[in-house]
Amino acid sequence: MSVLIKTEKLTRVLPETIPVTLVKDVTLSIEEREFVAITGPSGSGKSSLLYLLGLLDRPTGGKLSIGGRDTDPMDERERAATRLSMLGFVFQFHFLLPEFTARENVEIPMRKLGRLARPAMYERAGELLASLGLAEHLDKRPDQLSGGQRQRVAVARSLANDPPLILADEPTGSLDSKSSEQVFAILENLVRERGKTVVAVTHDLDMAGRMDRRIHIVDGRIE
Amino acid sequence: MRLILDIAITHIAGRGRQTLVAVLGVAVGVGFSIAMAALMQGGQDDFVRQLVDTMPHVDITDDQRTARRQPAEDAFGAVAISGLRPRDDRRGIINPTAATAWLASWIPGRFAVSLKTQGVIRYSSREVGAAIIGIDPGHEPGVSPIVEDFVQGSFNALAAGGNNVLVGDTMAKRLGTGFGDTITVVSSEGLTRSFKIVGLFHTGTTARDEGEAYVLLKNAQILSQRPNAINEIRIKLNDPNRAPAVAHRTEAELGYKSVAWQEANESILQALIIRNIIMYTVVGAIMLVAGFGIYNIISTITHEKARDIAIMKSLGFLEADMRRMFLLEGVAIGSAGSVLGWLLGFSMVYGLSLVRFEIAATGQEMTHLPIAWSVLHYVIASAFAIGSAAVAGYLPARRAARQNPVDIIRGAT
Repeated sequence: MSVLIKTEKLTRVLPETIPVTLVKDVTLSIEEREFVAITGPSGSGKSSLLYLLGLLDRPTGGKLSIGGRDTDPMDERERAATRLSMLGFVFQFHFLLPEFTARENVEIPMRKLGRLARPAMYERAGELLASLGLAEHLDKRPDQLSGGQRQRVAVARSLANDPPLILADEPTGSLDSKSSEQVFAILENLVRERGKTVVAVTHDLDMAGRMDRRIHIVDGRIE
Repeated sequence: MRLILDIAITHIAGRGRQTLVAVLGVAVGVGFSIAMAALMQGGQDDFVRQLVDTMPHVDITDDQRTARRQPAEDAFGAVAISGLRPRDDRRGIINPTAATAWLASWIPGRFAVSLKTQGVIRYSSREVGAAIIGIDPGHEPGVSPIVEDFVQGSFNALAAGGNNVLVGDTMAKRLGTGFGDTITVVSSEGLTRSFKIVGLFHTGTTARDEGEAYVLLKNAQILSQRPNAINEIRIKLNDPNRAPAVAHRTEAELGYKSVAWQEANESILQALIIRNIIMYTVVGAIMLVAGFGIYNIISTITHEKARDIAIMKSLGFLEADMRRMFLLEGVAIGSAGSVLGWLLGFSMVYGLSLVRFEIAATGQEMTHLPIAWSVLHYVIASAFAIGSAAVAGYLPARRAARQNPVDIIRGAT
């Protein structure tokens, strides 16, 4: 197995009047097909670390490489392109575009990438949603779906461009226990069956215990 | 970028009423601009057409722009001469036959020669000062619109020859005379002759109706005691816009002052330019106001869609994509407003063209508003509209697109 994410002394400091350190000297490596939990108390910097890994935020120090590529010299355009093809995000809130149906939401990253023809995108979006048990809800808009269903649409969207790495920020944080279980099972399945790497921030220690590895963050450092 | 367009359309379609108001704002602006432009341009065209129709396009008179060099000046080149009286020149255009032959060889249009002299028209005890204009009835209709303005008699009566005169109806009224009467004309040379009124014209220009009398060229030459003389050549061109070039050439060749209609009416044409500037300023102001409406709606959308912007950026959309999206929304509203405005403008212009009214002063001319139909008005109005819509969309878009997705995602969690 090869290393997918590698960081070296990754640091993020907010440049306020009194600088706030969100992430401090984090050195880690995550291999392909790993199911990794990032845990820690609120405000410990675990989400900030995830945003750094997901290229949503720029580190103020240290190194980060994804898929063997150093991200430091990338400009905004390259970072966006990397997010589009290499990374999938699932947030605590579904963050679907409210005007579009489930299928259209899944199509959007594919359309932005533009690698497939339109009919193939339509097909693939349908298949992805069906594989997550949403075959009957393809043409519903987010406000017509339940919380768990929306979160599953969000997972389907993160898979749209078949990225090797899925980053999840409290993916079950706003769901009831039954839906949480469902979403967790899906994420686990992504690793076991589809060969994805999933890094999930969670404060649910029970859930974290069932994952391959647990990275515990306190005050921005790995503990 | 179909995707961006799709999302942009969804955004504005999702806010029906607000979008409608913004679109209507633009439409009203565009519509009124078009109507106003049609009226202003129509008025201007009408005005210029009247100028061009009533005036000769190039007027050659026996004047000179600068005093002729005197022989003494040529003979004593280095010496300043004072108290020199100009040599008497024979008045009138010298060698008219050669001049007209030369003109006839190349002028792209028509011309007529005439002799204008001052005189007094007398009828019983009343007298009116008048310009006595001797004309050639064969050529005059080509350069003067007067032929169509007769209320009694006709222009052709002059061609029959004899001591006949055409006068304006106002002058006849002032003299207390009428069609068929015989009046006496006294020239500035002191000669007196009787003429029979064979036509009364009404041009609508008071100076003409009151102060001009047309006789045969021969009679005018007799009255002024200048056989074969002419002092004015009036030229009508097929293309009035070529007048300055023609005037330049005739002046260079003949040496007499040649005035193109543009030169004669310079101040009026300048005033028209100022009018146009005012018009475009007002159009600009209307569009600015419509632009505020668009700014408002796009700015609201960007605020409401901050989360969508963040999520789309996190998915891999670029800042430029987001900017383009909101810019498109502004332009879409501007374009929809333009098209609606075209319809509105067209119907308003059509409505205005139906308005008829009477000019009270004469009580006989039924007329309607001068309207210019021009595609250019539509193009300019919508260019203004779409331009201001683009700016109004771009400004909030730029700010919104710059947002850092992390700030919004973090804020939501």
